[in-house]
This record gives sequence, structure tokens and C-alpha cells, in this order.
Amino acid sequence: MRKARKTSASDIAADAVPPQRASATRRASLRSSPARLALYHTLLLGGLFLFWYLMTEPGLIPPFYFDEPTRAKFFFGQPQEVFKRIWSWFAGGSIYLHLGVTLLETLLAFVIGTLLGLVLGLWLALAPTASTLADPYIKAMNAMPRVILAPIFAVWFGLGITSKVVFGVTLVFFIVFFNVYQGVKEVSPVVLANARMLGATGKQLLRHVYLPSATSWVFSSLHTSVGLAFVGAVVGEYLGSARGVGYLIHQAEGVFDIDTVFAGILVLTIFALILDFIVTKIESRLLVWRPGTAETEAL
Amino acid sequence: MNPAATEHTPALLLDHVTCAFASREKSGERYTAVRDTTLAVGSGEFVSVVGPTGCGKSTLLNVAAGLLQPSSGNVRVQGAPLSGINRRAGYMFQAESLMPWRNARDNVLAGLQFAGVPEVEARRRADEWLSRVGLTGFEMRYPHELSGGMRKRVALAQMLILDPEIMLMDEPFSALDVQTRQLMENELLELWSADRKSVMFITHDLEEAIALSDRVVVLAAGPATRPIGEFIIDLPRPRDVNEIRMTPRFVELHTDIWHVMKDEVLKGYAQSKKN
Repeated sequence: MRKARKTSASDIAADAVPPQRASATRRASLRSSPARLALYHTLLLGGLFLFWYLMTEPGLIPPFYFDEPTRAKFFFGQPQEVFKRIWSWFAGGSIYLHLGVTLLETLLAFVIGTLLGLVLGLWLALAPTASTLADPYIKAMNAMPRVILAPIFAVWFGLGITSKVVFGVTLVFFIVFFNVYQGVKEVSPVVLANARMLGATGKQLLRHVYLPSATSWVFSSLHTSVGLAFVGAVVGEYLGSARGVGYLIHQAEGVFDIDTVFAGILVLTIFALILDFIVTKIESRLLVWRPGTAETEAL
Repeated sequence: MNPAATEHTPALLLDHVTCAFASREKSGERYTAVRDTTLAVGSGEFVSVVGPTGCGKSTLLNVAAGLLQPSSGNVRVQGAPLSGINRRAGYMFQAESLMPWRNARDNVLAGLQFAGVPEVEARRRADEWLSRVGLTGFEMRYPHELSGGMRKRVALAQMLILDPEIMLMDEPFSALDVQTRQLMENELLELWSADRKSVMFITHDLEEAIALSDRVVVLAAGPATRPIGEFIIDLPRPRDVNEIRMTPRFVELHTDIWHVMKDEVLKGYAQSKKN
């Protein structure tokens, strides 16, 4: 388990850096050539898989932890087996239904949670009375360990996709909500006063000042939300379902099929990365006005 | 009670305005920023308000803009009492006021857009104003891609495109370096002399005040500031802010006003040290 996590984590960390503006950092040499960077990424990934293979292939190196040479393979799976499993899933077509269900749950949870967070965040940030009234309850709902709700939702909404979507929404909502709330609170009072002096009505202030100002906050939260929407879908499936990648992983764990578990994790990771990449693309399209990260902001 | 009021209605009149705020440190106590201030800006007149830092100059301007409700007293615009935002006034802020998510052109046309002017027309007029403040070719730049002086020009165009009768300016050039500042002051005078709007210009820089204005009003050190002196600046126009500083009359006026201001500045300094 731990090793596969390592693979995906390093992959995400490496991927999070480059697409912003190139002028940003001092270590420009690696970033200035995307081809070389891609090569290093691939080498690092390959190295990790190689390490995984070396440590788990029976009889390849003398056993130093487990008594039996096949134990490592049993507990940690093997990369070539994992890839074989993934290949047979996609070639045989058995994965598409499960993957489709999981992605649908994720996307619905993501979109609904984001919209709810956006609307409620805007509303509460602009309505001081309502926000004072709701404040302790929102804090309480956020502090509540919401994973506990997943089984309850399964009881309330059944074993279909609804319970997973609702669960994912509860995870995504608060992240977006708090960011929008913060974003609206942080609108520069001078920009606001200026827009009012230029004749903006309440509705125009919302559309042309509050919303754009909150957008950058929303996008920074969307990266976290995409991951959490996936967590919602998979945990929901894990706890009770008949479809989805979470269901596949759960089934495989039941029969100690570690290779399939890792294959499921790998497939989920890749799709989470793709979604995150899409968010990054939309973000850089919408937020062209934002100064680059390393540029100092003039006051 | 006011010299301008007897002749004709002033463009802007602050009538016995007092502004008190609830104190932040001690609840129940009040902090009076402005006390019983009467100030008039005649039609087409350029009035500067000078005073030591933190004396409540900006408070006065916010009251004139309608952004702040005075605790007592009232504001009259062309004789009519002001309620809500002052629609006849344009406001140029000391801090960055441009919308960072809009490029120069979209910032300039914001006021027209809010008023419902068709997009093509608004864009044409925005480009016209950008060229008038010397920013042709920078229409698509975002505020963070412009220099401090350019951002002030955009803000100036943004205000002037709505053709306000009154211009309220709150130390608009204080963040600029000396050279850029003098350039901007000259440009402001040139734009102003074209259609002579009424201007209320806040600054702590006495030289700037004298070089630009028809009249300079000196405020006392805060709290509870009020005007303590008024000087007619009879320097000939058109002026070049750089050259006019060398003339004997300028030096004379400067000496006179500084004589009144000095004690207040020292008072203000002592207070800021105490706090």
C-alpha cells in the first residue's frame, strides 16, 4: 500500500509545479525545457516502479524482512501484474461501466458541491445578519467528521449513485463555501468604493466586483475539491454499492488480491490527475489577470 | 456664513459637518475625526485641502462623495442636499482602485458599462480617453502589468470618462516618484483647464497644493479637525508645476501658509508619537 501511495504522491507533487508562468523561479534550468522535465518525470516514475519490482519479485534479491520469498509479492503486489490487470480491464472493457459510474459520481458531486458553495458563500458573505445567525452551525457542520455520514446516506438514499453524490457534495461544499466567503470578505474596500462611485448598482457590484474577486479563491479550492469529490465517490462505493472502482477495490481486498487493489488505485489516481489538469487549464484561462506567483505585488 | 455662498450656489458645500466614530480601543468612547467643518468648492474652482497626516482629510472627502454619512451637518451638491452616493462627482483614490481582473480598457469603460452604454460605443470612448492620457497601445494590459504612473492615468481616465461635474481627489499622486508625479500634475492641470470642473484635492504636500489650486484650505491636526486657514492662490494660469515653484510669489505664498501649518504639523507629529 505504502509504496503505491509514494508513486502517486511524488507524481502529483512534480506535476503541480510547471504549468504556471515560466519566469517564476530561480531553478529555471529544469523548467525552461519542458522536454527535459518530462524526461526526468518519466525517469522518476520508472525508477519507482523498478524499485517496486525489485523489492517484490520472488528470488531476485535475498529476503531480508519476510521469511518466505513470495511474501513481499503477496503483501505489496507487483507492478507488472498491476499493469496486466489494468490492460485486461481496458482491453476487455470490463472497467468502463465501473469507471463511468465513479466518474459520474465524482463530477456530479464536484459540480453540485461547487455551485452550492458558490451561491451560499456569496449570499452569506453579503448578508451580515444571515451569516451571524448561521455562523456557529456552519462551523459545527464543518468540524463534524463527515465520513461518518457515508453509511447514513447509504441508508437514506440507497446503494445507487445518489448516496455517493450527496456524500461527495458534503465534502466539496465546505471547501468551496469557505473560500468564496473569504474571497468576498477580502474584496479590496477601495475597489469596491471606486465601483460604487462609478455608478455600479448592487447587482452590478455582485457581477463585476464580488464574483471576479472571489474567483481566484474558488479556483484554489477547486484543486482540493476535485480530490475530495473522488474520495466521496470511492468511499461511498467502498461502503456499499454494486458498481464503481471503489466497489472493485473492495471486492479485491475481500479476496486479498493486492494487484487489483493497486490497479484500482492507479486508475483512480490517473483520472484524478486528469481532472486536476482540466481545472488548471480553466483556471489559467480565466485568471490571466492575476500577477505571476513570483512577481511582487505593488501596493 | 460662506463667502462663495453669497455669490452663487457652490458646486459642493460641506455645511457644519461633524464625523464621529465609535472608538476601536475603548468601547463606548467616540473618536471625532472632523468637527463642525464648513467648506465650499465653487463652480470650476480648484480647491486643495492640506493638513498634517492623519488629520481626517480623507474622511472629509468620503463625506463629499457620499461614501460616508456625516454624524451631523449636511452636504449640498449644486444646492441640493446629498443622499447616498454623489452621482455628480468622480473620485480618485489614494490606494489602488482599479479592478485587477479587468484590462486597462475594461477598467476605463466600467462606468459607462454600469450606466448601460452599448459596448461598442463604450469601447470607442474608452480608447479615446486612454489615448488622451497617453496610454494608446496599453488597452489590453492588466493593472499589474502597468507601472504606478500608468495605473494612475487609467484611474484618471476611468473617472473622467463619466464627465463628472466635481472631481474628488485623495492624494492621488502620493504613491508616485517625484518626476512621474510632476508629469501627472501637469497633465491633470491640462485636462482640468479644458473644461474647468470643480475640484476638491486632498494632499499633505503644500507645494503640490499651491502649484495646482485656486484656493488652499489648511486643516488643523486631528482629532476633531477643522479648517484654520484659507488662502487664495493668485498665481497666473496656465501653470507649469515645475517652473511655478521658482517664482517669488509662490515662495511668498508657501511661507505664509507654512506659517499657519507648521504648528499643526508639529502637533500632529507629537500625537502620532504618543499613540
